[in-house]
Amino acid sequence: MIFAVLFSEFFKIGLFAIGGGLVTIPFLFELTKKFDWFSAQELMDMIAVSQSTPGPVGVNMATYAGFKAAGVSGGIIATFGLVLPSVIIVILVASLLKQCSENKFVCELMTAIRPAGIALILSAGIELCKLSVTNWKEGLFTAAFFVLIYFYKKSPIFYIILSAILGAVLEL
Amino acid sequence: MLEYWKIFIAFFKVGLFTFGGGAAMVPFFRRELIEKNGYISEEELMNYYAIGQCTPGIIAVNVATFTGYKIKGVKGGCLATFSIILPSLIVITLLAGILQMLSQNELLSHIFSGIRKGVVALIFNEVVKLFQRNVISVYQKCIFFGILAILLCFSISPILAILLAAGVGSINYCLKRQKK
Repeated sequence: MIFAVLFSEFFKIGLFAIGGGLVTIPFLFELTKKFDWFSAQELMDMIAVSQSTPGPVGVNMATYAGFKAAGVSGGIIATFGLVLPSVIIVILVASLLKQCSENKFVCELMTAIRPAGIALILSAGIELCKLSVTNWKEGLFTAAFFVLIYFYKKSPIFYIILSAILGAVLEL
Repeated sequence: MLEYWKIFIAFFKVGLFTFGGGAAMVPFFRRELIEKNGYISEEELMNYYAIGQCTPGIIAVNVATFTGYKIKGVKGGCLATFSIILPSLIVITLLAGILQMLSQNELLSHIFSGIRKGVVALIFNEVVKLFQRNVISVYQKCIFFGILAILLCFSISPILAILLAAGVGSINYCLKRQKK
């Protein structure tokens, strides 16, 4: 039953992707290896679409991934699976959480988990880079983009549109 | 009933008009929740953000659940969460459907080939930004490079990587307490 699997996979993502929307990327990348719902190439398209459309990136990616896996109902189920853990946790401990954010143990955990989350994003980025950059021309293109983004901090949408236009013009 | 409707509209608008997520959503939350409706105070919003970052899941969703819970209890929390994700559900489903129909288009495949490189460059930039902001001490750098090395050498699952880091954090906490 694909819906049950979809729900449980995204519930797990919602539970373990600590530190924001982008941390879901390595989890989604893992799904490309485990299931044939969508390819790593398609994952990159999802990231682009999710960053250039309204709404939290993580939620957008879950809807898109679910849609790819099992159509409209798949998108809805994946999204609900993703947000359910946070809803439960936040509601269960809402009254305790204020103390929680000042709790030394929670702080210590977050100090350790945050670098791991960033390492996860980087390793997924490296895998995606290997897949999408296959020759020196594409490598140059990606490197030039990295430098451009680093020095001119415009919104991601700007760069996605620019890379779309360049992709069409240069026939990448 | 009117009150629930107002909550729905406020969070639906945040979901519909914000791009990005996480910290990028703060100004929109501020306008809808503090300035327009007076649901929470500036200090509360900052608190929810701090807590939203250390509870699992999407930060913006956590902030929505929190605020909704504060206004109208469990029902409010569920309603706010549903309202903030509804625009994504609609917009993404429509777009994904359209893109799927056009998947054979040659121009579109060039466009997406360009976009994929842009996305990779964006991810690397995001990593640099996050690293500069969050990985500060030598201890944190050790965790970052340690986990990265493990990820590159063995393909362990992201869940295991997070649990590993949590384990290191717990050990460090115990060691610090023993010292005292």
